[in-house]
Amino acid sequence: MQMAKVIGMVTSTVKVKEIKGITLLVIQPCNSKHVAFGQAIVAADTFGAGVGEYVFYSKSKEGAMNLPIPTACVDAGITGIIDSVYRKV
Amino acid sequence: MYAARVIGTVVCTQKDARMNGLKMQVVQPVNLVTFKDEGKPAVAIDAVGAGDQEIVLVVGGSSGRLTEVTKDKPVDATIMAIVDYIDIEGKNVFSKNSKEI
Amino acid sequence: MQLAKVVGNLVSTHKNETLKGKKLLFVQPVDDFLEPFGNEMLAVDGVGAGIGDLVIILAEGGSARMITDAKSNIAPIELCIAGIVDSFSTENNSVTTK
Repeated sequence: MQMAKVIGMVTSTVKVKEIKGITLLVIQPCNSKHVAFGQAIVAADTFGAGVGEYVFYSKSKEGAMNLPIPTACVDAGITGIIDSVYRKV
Repeated sequence: MYAARVIGTVVCTQKDARMNGLKMQVVQPVNLVTFKDEGKPAVAIDAVGAGDQEIVLVVGGSSGRLTEVTKDKPVDATIMAIVDYIDIEGKNVFSKNSKEI
Repeated sequence: MQLAKVVGNLVSTHKNETLKGKKLLFVQPVDDFLEPFGNEMLAVDGVGAGIGDLVIILAEGGSARMITDAKSNIAPIELCIAGIVDSFSTENNSVTTK
């Protein structure tokens, strides 16, 4: 799992039927100091996260396990919305 | 999932028998924010019927096997959606109907 | 599995049902000189680790669900803390944390 910031949204009408009605968000992975790393990716969301919010997501098969159809063709999915982060300096 | 542009197709006669009938596309990954090409092109199985130059979403790894088309097939990248719009921080960076923004 | 240092934690009320009551910790992979490398990740705690601990992380879904006592086989856990390190030694270095 990893922390990420929601930076955008993808709209798609033609897609595999297992993810019909699921929101696709563009997220930028970051660390607990909110410093971005790596490339932005697309993740499936069922929590209703909005642009600017910090979330955490699961990768690979586990990403799909947040969805109504847990065997959907998805390799990244939002697992929760972050309220607060605590780190030792 | 990552966004990519379809830049070509691949045809193979000699291949694993389970891959017969699957359409293979060459996809060039693009950066979701700048929309510039990024990294090396890859070959992905098409599960949605994408056309040349379309922007698509590609699923990697074993998740790529989880569509109707690729079920139990030996694949590691699958095109699972055709992108209509991408909005980044409220700004539209890609729209299928007007290619250049 | 990999050596890592616990550097932080997070609070989330709106999260996957199967993660309710589970602790989420930020872990930073470290080498045998305890020098950090790579990016921070988020792991589900399976052993009662805390900030500052040197731990072993495990990045495989099936095993991670076992260690964290996930009641459901569709818990979206792919990284967990599998142990707290007391000491280790390699040909380069040896460390005792307690």
